[in-house]
Amino acid sequence: MKVDDIQNNWEEKLFSLLLDHKIDFLPYVPDAGHAKLIALAEKNKLLKPVVLTSEEEGVAFASGSWLGNKKSVLLMQSSGVGNCINMLSILSKCNFPFVTLITMRGEFGEFNSWQIPMGQATKKTLEAMGIIVHRATHPSDVCPLVDAALYGAFSSDQQIALLLSQRLIGKKKW
Amino acid sequence: MVDDNTLLERRNVVKKIVDHRGNAKIITGLGSPTYDVFDAGDSHSNFYLWGGMGGTAMIGLGLAMSIPDTPIIVITGDGEQLMGLGSLASIGVQKPNNLAIVVLDNGHFGETGMQKSHTSYGINLCKIAEASKFEFFFDVVSNNDLENLIEILPPVKGPIFANIRIKSQNPPRKLPILDGVELKNRFRKNLGVEPL
Repeated sequence: MKVDDIQNNWEEKLFSLLLDHKIDFLPYVPDAGHAKLIALAEKNKLLKPVVLTSEEEGVAFASGSWLGNKKSVLLMQSSGVGNCINMLSILSKCNFPFVTLITMRGEFGEFNSWQIPMGQATKKTLEAMGIIVHRATHPSDVCPLVDAALYGAFSSDQQIALLLSQRLIGKKKW
Repeated sequence: MVDDNTLLERRNVVKKIVDHRGNAKIITGLGSPTYDVFDAGDSHSNFYLWGGMGGTAMIGLGLAMSIPDTPIIVITGDGEQLMGLGSLASIGVQKPNNLAIVVLDNGHFGETGMQKSHTSYGINLCKIAEASKFEFFFDVVSNNDLENLIEILPPVKGPIFANIRIKSQNPPRKLPILDGVELKNRFRKNLGVEPL
């Protein structure tokens, strides 16, 4: 199984942006679409990747890190959003700043139809729990949207999800 | 099986731990552990959860990694920790030496009608913590065991896991404030951070 090669370097730019915003931790449940970012973080001592067993752990971890005045960005794929639902209530009750980058499955060119239900429900689920949702479809969208999300979250306690579309990350080859 | 009558009482256990907290920050799991810690003495270094079941240990991990020179004690219940079993594995990967997870294990879901939890059926949280590479793990059933645990609190050479067998009783609820924003802001202010 391979992911389409991406012809540009939006992941490197994204990584630099996370460093510019002084993000401390990248809690994650991996996805092929995040592989490059996680690999870059593993090489870099300024931004610590934290592997999770389930995505909801990352919501709690990010909240705890903010209690200690550090910044986390949660990486997951769309199927993980369903695992987070109740834990997201902490964010709205405490107004914790929160940014998650979600690689989409279950949409553009999806082969595995079992990914469709959660992929199609991802945006609605997040919005139902009070998260602001933005979507990047083209590589040039990613950095401006992430920049705005990080600014909004960590300067004024917003909760923002950025969906990285399946068209952007490349459809999975089977 | 341990006779319930000989077991420790939750409020006494928690009071003892809180009295030995030193400069530790305390995060509490929803339900009785939140009431127990509040009853033992409110502090701006306490963060009480009223929801987010299963997330307490991970809030502890996020905090422990953010302020690595400050000890963190998570106090939660068996049901809450069972919902976040995976977090023990995630903590075992990071191995923060300033984190202690203390489970008040009454073997029951106390808030919802005292249904038996997995620990009543012999599931052993301490062994799960041991297998998850915690540095110290305590199966506390007596005052003696509790003294041994308290000797290494606040945590500096962890991660520490303690499962404390307590009586399945529901002492009168003692309720801290519900306002999550206030709980967050006072906790961060106590660290010297002003609200946004």
